[in-house]
Amino acid sequence: MAEFALPKHSKIVKGIDYPLNNEAENTKKINVYRWSPDDDENPRIDSYTIDLDQCGPMVLDALIKIKQEIDSSLTFRRSCREGICGSCSMNIDGTNTLACLKSIDDVKGDINIYPLPHMEVIKDLVPDLSKAYEQLTSVKPWLQSKSDPEKGKSRKQSPKEREKIDGLWECVLCFSCSTSCPSYWWNGDKYLGPAVLLQAYRWIADSRDENTEQRLEELEDSFKLYRCHTIMNCTKTCPKGLNPAKAIGEIKKLQLERK
Amino acid sequence: MQSKSHGVAHWKLQRISAIAMIPLVIWFVSSLTLSLINSYDQSVAWLQNPLNATGLVLLFGTLYFHAASGLQVVIEDYVHNEGLKIMSLILIKLLSILLGVLSILCVLKIYL
Repeated sequence: MAEFALPKHSKIVKGIDYPLNNEAENTKKINVYRWSPDDDENPRIDSYTIDLDQCGPMVLDALIKIKQEIDSSLTFRRSCREGICGSCSMNIDGTNTLACLKSIDDVKGDINIYPLPHMEVIKDLVPDLSKAYEQLTSVKPWLQSKSDPEKGKSRKQSPKEREKIDGLWECVLCFSCSTSCPSYWWNGDKYLGPAVLLQAYRWIADSRDENTEQRLEELEDSFKLYRCHTIMNCTKTCPKGLNPAKAIGEIKKLQLERK
Repeated sequence: MQSKSHGVAHWKLQRISAIAMIPLVIWFVSSLTLSLINSYDQSVAWLQNPLNATGLVLLFGTLYFHAASGLQVVIEDYVHNEGLKIMSLILIKLLSILLGVLSILCVLKIYL
């Protein structure tokens, strides 16, 4: 049956409060989800108050500042700090986004930071994405072709054909969309989720790929594809402004044309 | 229960039945509200018109089909115990067939 209550160790308790010692005027309180696999304790919310005049503009800057100056045990993923690597995806102020693209000024009041929803947590803000990566591999996200290109030439694509993958190739695989999707929460083991389906469509829509039929055949499944009920959380949350719901709609349209 | 080809067919039929119900429901509700059916005798007379009886049979058929396919999606979404899932899916199919046939027979009984 559906499970409504959280397991015992999922109950979040109040954690440590780190107030600001000096007399700063421009401050912000940041509440962060903390959980460690190394002890048997419940997850907790630690609160850090930081001086915004001594901090960069983005939420990631605040997290780095906390890690460097207040609490070095705080664990999160980050790399490029400019929305290209997709590492720092987390739930900020109730929305999945990239910490490096989320401005501190955009959040009214305290900033609440949690890991991506409904994923196993490895530590603090680091979710286990291995299942999602497996699903990505299952759609074979690379160019597949039977024909050989002319010797020494690249595969050509007209500007019009190239346009078809705009809004698809920009995805940085941060999985903000998949982890915002209730359908993915309930059936994430069988439903591929918006991030992976957008990747699947990226190759279906690519004129150079010659395995379109096989790709569509593999997606024609009541769970892999049709668990999408057009809830649109994916499109609403995407930090890159992409539209996974539309990509899924296009796949459904193509399925209809096939059969 | 879920064959591979079941995906697009189910999706398509659910949408076709939804679209089919738009005119049928508008027709049925407006027939009720336009005072075409006020008393028992009027209702019987209304149902004895072959057009009305046909419309109502179509409405019942589509309605129970659409309800069953919608409930199937809800169960597939939320019920994760495999045995319970198959049981409830069968139950819903049987129940919708039962109610559908019953409703259609009632219409026919008055019509004939």
